Amino acid sequence: MALSPDEVRHVARLARLAIDDAEADALAPMLSGILGDAARVAEVAADDVVPMTHPFDLADITRGDDPVPSLPRDAVLGCAPVVNGQRQVDQDRFMVPRIVAEEG
Amino acid sequence: MLPSGWELVVGLEVHVELGTRTKMWCGCSTDFGAEPNTSVCEVCTGQPGALPVPNERAIHDATLLGLALNGGIAPRCWFHRKNYFYPDLPKNYQISQYDVPLVSEGFLEVDVELDGAIVTRRVGIERLHMEEDTGKSLHVGGSGRLHGADRSLIDYNRAGIPLLEIVSHPDIRDPQTAQAYLRELQAIVQALGVSDARMEEGSIRCDANVSVRRFGEQLGTRCEIKNLNSVRSLGRAIDYEAERQVAALEDGTSIVMETRHWDESRGVTETLRRKESVTDYRYFPDPDLVTITRSEQQIEAIRTELPELPAQTRTRLGDSGIAAEQVATIVTGGYVALVDDAVAHGAAPAAAANWVTSDLVGLLAAADRSLTDSGVTGGHLAELLELIDDGTLSTKLAKQVLALLVERGGADGPAAIAEAEGLVQLSDRDALTAIVDQVVADNPDTVAAIRGGNAKAIGALVGQVMKATGGQADPRATNELLRQRIG
Amino acid sequence: MSHELCTATAADLAGRLTARDVSAREVVDAFLERIAEVDGVDVDGPVWQRGDDPDALHAFVAVTAAAAREHADDIDARRAAGRDLGPLAGVPLALKDVLAMRGAPTTCGSRMLADWMSPYDATVTRLVREADLVVLGKTNMDEFAMGSSTEHSAFGATRNPWNLDRVPGGSSGGSAAAVAGRLAPLAIGTDTGGSIRQPAALTGIVGAKPTYGTVSRHGLVAFASSLDQAGPFARTVEDAARLQAIIQQHDPRDATSVPQPVGDLFARLHDGVDGLRIGVIDELRGEGFDPAVAAVYDAALQRLEAMGAELVDVSLPHSRYGLSAYYLIAPSEASSNLARFDGVRYGLRVDAPTAEAMNAATRAAGFGPEVRRRIMIGTHALSSGYYDAYYLQASKVRTLIARDFAAAFADVDVLVSPTSPAVAFGLGEQADDPRTMYRNDIATVPASLAGIPGISVPIGLAAAADAQDPLPVGLQIMAPLLADDVMYRIAWAVEQDLAFDTTPVGARALEVA
Repeated sequence: MALSPDEVRHVARLARLAIDDAEADALAPMLSGILGDAARVAEVAADDVVPMTHPFDLADITRGDDPVPSLPRDAVLGCAPVVNGQRQVDQDRFMVPRIVAEEG
Repeated sequence: MLPSGWELVVGLEVHVELGTRTKMWCGCSTDFGAEPNTSVCEVCTGQPGALPVPNERAIHDATLLGLALNGGIAPRCWFHRKNYFYPDLPKNYQISQYDVPLVSEGFLEVDVELDGAIVTRRVGIERLHMEEDTGKSLHVGGSGRLHGADRSLIDYNRAGIPLLEIVSHPDIRDPQTAQAYLRELQAIVQALGVSDARMEEGSIRCDANVSVRRFGEQLGTRCEIKNLNSVRSLGRAIDYEAERQVAALEDGTSIVMETRHWDESRGVTETLRRKESVTDYRYFPDPDLVTITRSEQQIEAIRTELPELPAQTRTRLGDSGIAAEQVATIVTGGYVALVDDAVAHGAAPAAAANWVTSDLVGLLAAADRSLTDSGVTGGHLAELLELIDDGTLSTKLAKQVLALLVERGGADGPAAIAEAEGLVQLSDRDALTAIVDQVVADNPDTVAAIRGGNAKAIGALVGQVMKATGGQADPRATNELLRQRIG
Repeated sequence: MSHELCTATAADLAGRLTARDVSAREVVDAFLERIAEVDGVDVDGPVWQRGDDPDALHAFVAVTAAAAREHADDIDARRAAGRDLGPLAGVPLALKDVLAMRGAPTTCGSRMLADWMSPYDATVTRLVREADLVVLGKTNMDEFAMGSSTEHSAFGATRNPWNLDRVPGGSSGGSAAAVAGRLAPLAIGTDTGGSIRQPAALTGIVGAKPTYGTVSRHGLVAFASSLDQAGPFARTVEDAARLQAIIQQHDPRDATSVPQPVGDLFARLHDGVDGLRIGVIDELRGEGFDPAVAAVYDAALQRLEAMGAELVDVSLPHSRYGLSAYYLIAPSEASSNLARFDGVRYGLRVDAPTAEAMNAATRAAGFGPEVRRRIMIGTHALSSGYYDAYYLQASKVRTLIARDFAAAFADVDVLVSPTSPAVAFGLGEQADDPRTMYRNDIATVPASLAGIPGISVPIGLAAAADAQDPLPVGLQIMAPLLADDVMYRIAWAVEQDLAFDTTPVGARALEVA
């Protein structure tokens, strides 16, 4: 159950959380303890049990293919983050720094 | 072609954007122009607290396509979240399907010309699942490409458009079959009307998983090729990649599992990213969405909506006496309804097909007009064929009439055009007899040659008659009269 | 006058508003004055954020005074014009800051959303306003509803009106404190693993988690989607039922919204408990429960028996794994739900040279330690190689817990337990000890996992070993899916019988009258 600082760093990468070595070292025992408590679920014999994702077995909740008005563009772009007094919007698009990774 | 002893193995992943009126999870219209971020709401921009509600039509269309691909429809299936971070993905997870896709184990049969013969190849389809499209990034500054850009600008209009992913089995052994499969899928999607499936607009996209092996050996390590923007580039990229892999293996280098980018202008594939560093997508059932069920009755009801599929059309047209190459042109070119309409108006299928493929297609291309714009109907085609049959028009005249028909946008029918332009064939025996007599009298040497046994020389006299009538003489009647006169 | 209006129940206020003894504007002004007095805030100032004054309650993170006055004036005008108004028209309400409200901050207690103004209204927000309840403001909470003390708020802790040195519970501690401290007669909270019931218990008021799916989650900023449910806080059972009736509506904008209607909460509300079978859960008493709490609980059970209910010992064998399952499922869902906070479209952005570094820096700076911990736990629980042992196994245990409840309800009408294993603890006592903090939810998570309704109703005071003055204890009543009406009926009977006085008392209590 124990997570090493390296595993903590790996999980932080997956979760896209910046983390320094001191934090990884501090988090490793804390997260290991929490996971140790949680891992008690392994004591339950549940091999053939269907996992539950919803309290109700609802099905086929859908909507018709009917357009509804979108939000005004300014309302959406107006939510964009502000850095150094500048709203991070350019050419009516959300602006982000250079993307390094390829998409999934 | 690979060196002997090597076999190519290809599987395709095709994405189709559905042509529903609204997005997959919200009521934002899918019909938007160039104005960025105008068809967006709290759901498709992933605002805190927003929830997805599935588009019934999208699930219906996916089911319809699944049936057209001979697939099994899951009685119960779910949506999963595929978790990865990317700025064009508003929630930083894509709602997709995972362990149970809507459709599994279908197939597609395609006709491929290999070594001069047309053969039928069956390509298995592993799964078809529902998901959502991402937004579009514009990379600006620097080189303007992703690498080297200094910032990216994101438009979420496309985010949340319903997307189908169709994954084939690695059943494909040559680039031609891969191309035929993609074309066939495109034709089916269009025949069903669930998407316009235009590659150049990205409403159908294709990635190829390519590997090679020595015959009889296990599957080799595959590379995924992205950025295939046309059916042609699919073929070129597979060819290049197969040769690259064989060369590497023969050189003793092993193939690394990776994603490669097809560079259309240079005609090469290049490493995009290594698979071992691939994201752990942490799929799990989306707790915001509930089970999707399809009962037998629902499936059968949807099945009744299936139109004639391209393969069925090809069989039917072939059975009606149309040559295979012409069938292919008619089906892929979108002329099926025209031919069917002409036949319904009394035209012989083979003759109608002949006129469409050898004349109409070229005329439309030259005039840069679509069939619809040209105004040419099946009725026109049948009328034209009837005018030929009854001798009113020669083939040559008929071609002129058809050209005028296309030019004038179908305002007047073939008979009216022929009449107005005086293009009616001269088959009146008395008028023709006088001209024939004159030609015989004017060409005593040729007549003598014919009588001397040079039967072919009659062609020269037919030509003279044609010249004298301005091309309107009926060639058959002319031949007949000349023979009578020369005896 | 103002204090007198503030101590009235919603039902009283509604009656006086309808009779035009008082105007909606007068009521709103009284509450705004009260908020200004005890919450340490200029209600007409800019959005107030931090609360550090040890004598201030700090129930609200934002007071929407101008909008509230305007709404009250509008209600008064319509009433004067003889228009039909809803039964609670003009009664003020506090809204947990996890529910989106157009034009108002929705911070979720997070630095990440400190500057986010929602472009849309949550369905719950829309429903309460359509019913002409007047929203006074947004209440403090543990960041993204993760916590049991309301200390994990980027804007400072909320204090318990019974003892300002103690926590009000959480995560809906701001809403609970507002109602207990008479800053609002009604409040909306959200409950994922106990976040309404536990703070209700710790502040001596009524708090209910309706059946999952009966209150729309549209606009409720998700913590764990399969568990989150909004519900009412009030000082009386009847007030809570009235508020629940308003927000409990099918919503086509939430695909998990239950289409079938819930039973009428009032039809048999006053019918008493005579002849009902009440299951007493074996696993949720004894070890792990403070003896002082247990004594108050046992006394309440005796009263139920005296009132004619039949007590039945019931075992829910898998409930002992409830906490473990919950602390895998909820963080797993949260890790995905909170991925959208990336600095791209809204909220905080910490600049960096690349998009990826910007995302990571923003998330590290925008989320507090508890949220980061849970995102890490959830990410790990879903990751390749761990999914089966953690998320999947927890989801199977969840099935078994739900089956235990279903089996129990075949034999009894409702199940009961203490709401919380202990009374309110001191500020800072558990803040850095997540494993201890998580155990506060031991009695509430089983019902959350099963999706069944649960209510906490105050049943008395118990002295904590480390406290001078006794503090409130809550009784949790759990009913089968969609049987919220039965749960309210028993809660009402308990309330009438025990006549618990919700007025905070004690040396460090907030003065309310």
